[in-house]
Formats: sequence, C-alpha cells, structure tokens
Amino acid sequence: MAKVMMKGNEAMGLAAIKGGCRAFFGYPITPQNEIPEYLARVMPEYGGVFLQAESEVAAINMIYGASGAGVRSMTSSSSPGIALKQEGITYIAGAELPCVIINVMRGGPGLGGIQPSQADYKQVTRGGGNGDYYLLAFAPENLQETVNIVKEAFDLAEIYRNPVMIAVDGLIGQMMEPVDVDMEIPKREIPEKTWATTGTLGKRERNVVNSLYLDPQALENHSLKLKAKYDLMREKEQRYELVNVDHSEIVIVAYGTMARICRSAMEILNEKGINVGLLRPISIYPFPEKAFAELPSTVKGLLTCELSTGQMIDDVKIANNGKLPIGFFGRTGGMLPEPEEIVDAVIKMIGGMKNE
Amino acid sequence: MSNVLFKRTEALTSKEFSYCPGCTHGIIHRIVAEVLEELNILDRTIGVSPVGCAVMNYEYFNCDMQQASHGRAPAVATGIKRVLPNNIVFTYQGDGDLASIGTAEIVHAAHRSENITVIFVNNAIYGMTGGQMAPTTLVGQKTTTSPTGRDPRHSGYPIKISEMLATIPGATYIERVSVHNPQNVRKAKQAVKRAFEMQIQGKGFSMVEFVSTCPVNWGKTPQDALNWLVDNMIPYYPLGVYRQPEAGEKNE
Ligand SMILES: Cc1ncc(C[n+]2csc(CCOP(=O)(O)OP(=O)(O)O)c2C)c(N)n1
Ligand code: SF4
Repeated sequence: MAKVMMKGNEAMGLAAIKGGCRAFFGYPITPQNEIPEYLARVMPEYGGVFLQAESEVAAINMIYGASGAGVRSMTSSSSPGIALKQEGITYIAGAELPCVIINVMRGGPGLGGIQPSQADYKQVTRGGGNGDYYLLAFAPENLQETVNIVKEAFDLAEIYRNPVMIAVDGLIGQMMEPVDVDMEIPKREIPEKTWATTGTLGKRERNVVNSLYLDPQALENHSLKLKAKYDLMREKEQRYELVNVDHSEIVIVAYGTMARICRSAMEILNEKGINVGLLRPISIYPFPEKAFAELPSTVKGLLTCELSTGQMIDDVKIANNGKLPIGFFGRTGGMLPEPEEIVDAVIKMIGGMKNE
Repeated sequence: MSNVLFKRTEALTSKEFSYCPGCTHGIIHRIVAEVLEELNILDRTIGVSPVGCAVMNYEYFNCDMQQASHGRAPAVATGIKRVLPNNIVFTYQGDGDLASIGTAEIVHAAHRSENITVIFVNNAIYGMTGGQMAPTTLVGQKTTTSPTGRDPRHSGYPIKISEMLATIPGATYIERVSVHNPQNVRKAKQAVKRAFEMQIQGKGFSMVEFVSTCPVNWGKTPQDALNWLVDNMIPYYPLGVYRQPEAGEKNE
C-alpha cells in the first residue's frame, strides 16, 4: 500500500489493529487522546473490544484479564496515567502475560505539562512497578518506524510473554506524516497460548493466571526464569541506528524526537565542516550496548541529548564503561531545543576536549 | 456448622482449604462451587481471585482462574468477559478488597452492568493482614487499627455496599445473605444460583454479599463468632434482596 498522511496517534491505533489487537482499554489523557478516539470508531469494524475504563488502574487490570484470556490487548496513556498503570504492569509481567502499552510521554513530575518530553525514561526502562522485572521498550523516531514497531510489538509480547512499551512523545503522537501501515514486518513464529484462561471446555487441565509465589524458593525460581527472558531480550532485541560515526570525533546519543532535532543540528555542523555522528537507540530496554562496541576508535567523545534533565545518560555511561568522555545537553518540561542549541553544545564539547 | 452436608463437588479441587477453623470462607466456596456444578457451567467458567484470605482460591475452584491485584478483580473480570462474552466470569472478594481499595472498580463494573457475578465476603475486618479495621467494621468494634473501637467521628460509619450498589441502575441483581445456619446456607445457595442465572441470561451485573466470620481476628471461638454475627452484623447489614429485575421480566 502507498503511504498516506496520518496523525501519529491515529496511525498507532490503526497499526495496533493491523498487529492483531482486538481489545483496547484506556482512559483519556492528553496528548494521546486520538488513540482511544480512533479505536472507539474503528475497533468495532474489526470485531474487537473498545472500552473506556474508569481509570488507568482499571484499564491496565482489564488488559490483565483480556490478555490472560488470550486476546491481543493494548492500552495507551501518557506519563501520569502510566504512573497509575504500574501496579497492573508488574502483575502482567509477573503473570507472564503479553500486552502492548503506548506511552505518549509529556512533561512531569506531578501533573507536569502536556508538551513533548522524555522525562519518563527511567520509569519506562527500570520496570516502574515493584519487583525484578523489565518491559521490552522501544522509542521510535518517526511515524513509519513507530507504526512498524507497534505491529511487531504484539508478536514480541507473545514470544516473550511480557509487556511491551512503546514510548514516544507528544510530538510523534500529534504530527502528521506519510505512513504505510501495511509495510511488511518480520515474520516470527508465535507460540500457542496454551496458558490462556478460556474455560477448560472439559478438554484440558485448568489454567491459572497468577503472580503469587508464597514459597521464596518458588519465587526465586520464577524470578530467574524471568531474568533468563530479559537476558534473551538483551541478546536479541537491541535495536539502534548508527549515522555517520565513521567520520566523526563526536557522536551524539539521542532517541525519538530529540534524535530528529539532532539530525538537523548535524546538517548545520556539517556545513560548518564539523562532522558529527549519531547513535540512536531504538530499543531503550534492552539498551543498545552493542552499538557502543561498534564505534570506531576515531570517536573521541559522546554527547547525550535528551528531553529531560538527564536520564538515559546513566545507560550511556554503563555502555561506555568509562572509555570516552560524555557530555550532556537537555531541555525539559516540554521545551524543544532549536538545532542551534545542540550545535553550540557540540562546539563547546569539542573546545573543552581540546583544552584538556 | 456440623449439620451442613459436606459432599465433594467436582467444582472444587482436592486441595485442602487454608482457612482458619470456623471461618465461613470455606462454606461460601462450597456454595459457589456447587452452583457452578449444578448449572453445568464449570468448564466455561473463569474465576478471579482477590487479595485477601481467599487469595489462593485459584487452587480451590476447579476451573480456569486469574489472580487479580488488590481490589481490581472487577476490572480483571471486565477484561475477560468483554473478550469472552460467552464464558461465565465471577470474582470472589473480601471487604477490604471490594469495599476499600476496590470501590472504584466495583462501582463502575456495576454501573456498566458488566455481565459478571461478584461474590462479596464481608467479615467486617481485614483478615489476611491480621485484623485491621475495614470500611465495614462496626461502630465500637475493636480491631488492631481501631484499638478502642471504631469511632465514627474518626473513621466514619460502616459502609453498606449492597445498599449502595442497589442505587446504581446497571446493577441487575444484589442480595445479602449469611451462612450462620443450614437454613441460611440454603438461601445463600439460592441467591448465588440466581446471580449466576442472571449472568447466563445476559442480564448484567449480579452480586451476592455474604456477611461472614473471622473468628481469629475477632478474638472469638467459631460458635461465639457466629453468635456475634447474628447479634451485631445482621442488624446493621440486613439480609435480603436489594435489587432484582422488575417482576414480569424475571421469567422470560
Ligand atoms: C496493593 C496492596 N495493598 C495492600 C495489600 C495487603 N493486603 C493483603 S490482604 C489485605 C486485606 C484483605 O482483607 P479483606 O479483603 O477484607 O479479605 P479477608 O482477608 O478478610 O478475607 C491487604 C490490605 C496488598 N496485598 N496489596
Ligand atoms: S483470618 Fe479470618 S477471614 Fe482469614 S481465614 Fe482466618 S478466620 Fe477466615
């Protein structure tokens, strides 16, 4: 199919349906409202369930139920709503249920603001709820990438039996871009849902969806089983893009909307004769540590750029393992930098390195 | 309770209950299980376990089960029922679970008239966590967090869930029962049966509230606990049908 102009949030809604989503539960919050609004209109045409819940807490627990019943399920929200969903998310991870969660991030803490932000990086990548668990988390940069990842997310959620979060910001949710929602995604073998509670119909042993293990040894075993999944994700699901790193002393590390702004900054720098590379994480859990190992020895410094006061920078430090100096540039609260601000930050960093 | 006939129903597993002696959770389980068997719906039923003393009842009910987070069982049940409308879905919840942390979920499940059945066990206390005050704790009742007795000026009056939910247009069937003697056990079973029949007929939200005992945390022997229930709980929580479909609509 050819590309058509779509608004980000609506494209994500359609992508979910194309990915096999047949149950959506959500609660209104800006800047993601067009996702539930779109699905309220379109989901019934596909024979799926759309329900506006009484709260984010209820919505994520409805996901637990629907997903436990074997149906591809999704919820979407924005930062304060995602905070409320954490209870359900840790139960879903603990009970090893698949589900997809879209987080159209806005500024925080507290009620914060409604403008684009990446200030939930830690909440997204560190589990957020209680216990030893992680989400598979992606932070795409443009609408086509977002749509492809939303579709894939339903496969990945079932392969790993784990929640998958797609963390975009309000800009990606709100902007119009040409997009092909039918673009092919990798074909994967999807395990059968032998664990789903659909009624035994007298044909099988009963199924139980549960995250309670009162015996500490049983809980340790369960946690180690989960850890093995996260290790496998770390091995197989790291995604990233490297741009122009072979010719650059400085490599910017940025994702999502910030990566796009950095691309504009790189063009300006290029015109000034300064070559700068980009390391763009697409998966933020697992963090693409492999990308750092691929950087050539000609790279002399990393500049982490985020729409926050500095959250991903901790992962950059871990991946860098003390090898290169790391600088930081960030705007937060919903403020988007001009490319020139990043240009200045790069020039300043180069100057600082020369003086050392 | 020696005069209650305990025959094994297929709807319970062989796992032994973990409830304290004299606790009426066990009788309530048996009633629910027998109804599932008698209505011949066990193999298409999905139950939702609460957080509370009944948390492990996914090991007792012999059907597909999901264990929900504290108070959210009606939301979990909503998720299941919406995607599997032809299955039977029930929740089993205590009064801390349903009447405190889960008030939003139960009110809205009733308000949407989710076609599910709720078994609500009101023992006027938090059993599992060791006897703290619940919203349902009676005035003057001593608990570990109301050591001098519940004072309504400090913690309000005990919440009457059946009466409250009966004001909601979406609530189809609401009855409060007790299992303190065989006659009431029979009535309670009739109520549970009617509640599940409502669901089978697609009539919407049904709930049966059991006034129940917690001898251990009430600090009473099983028999004293039953007497206390009759003398104190039932007068404040009167038994009876609080909501049902209009007459004439009933036997369609
Ligand atoms: C979010 C959360 N808060 C608190 C608890 C602790 N907790 C476990 S059971 C329970 C109360 C259960 O009381 P009730 O619902 O009345 O059931 P009972 O044990 O009396 O049958 C609480 C508060 C928990 N498990 N999860
Ligand atoms: S603590 Fe109370 S409610 Fe829990 S099993 Fe014992 S008697 Fe029953």
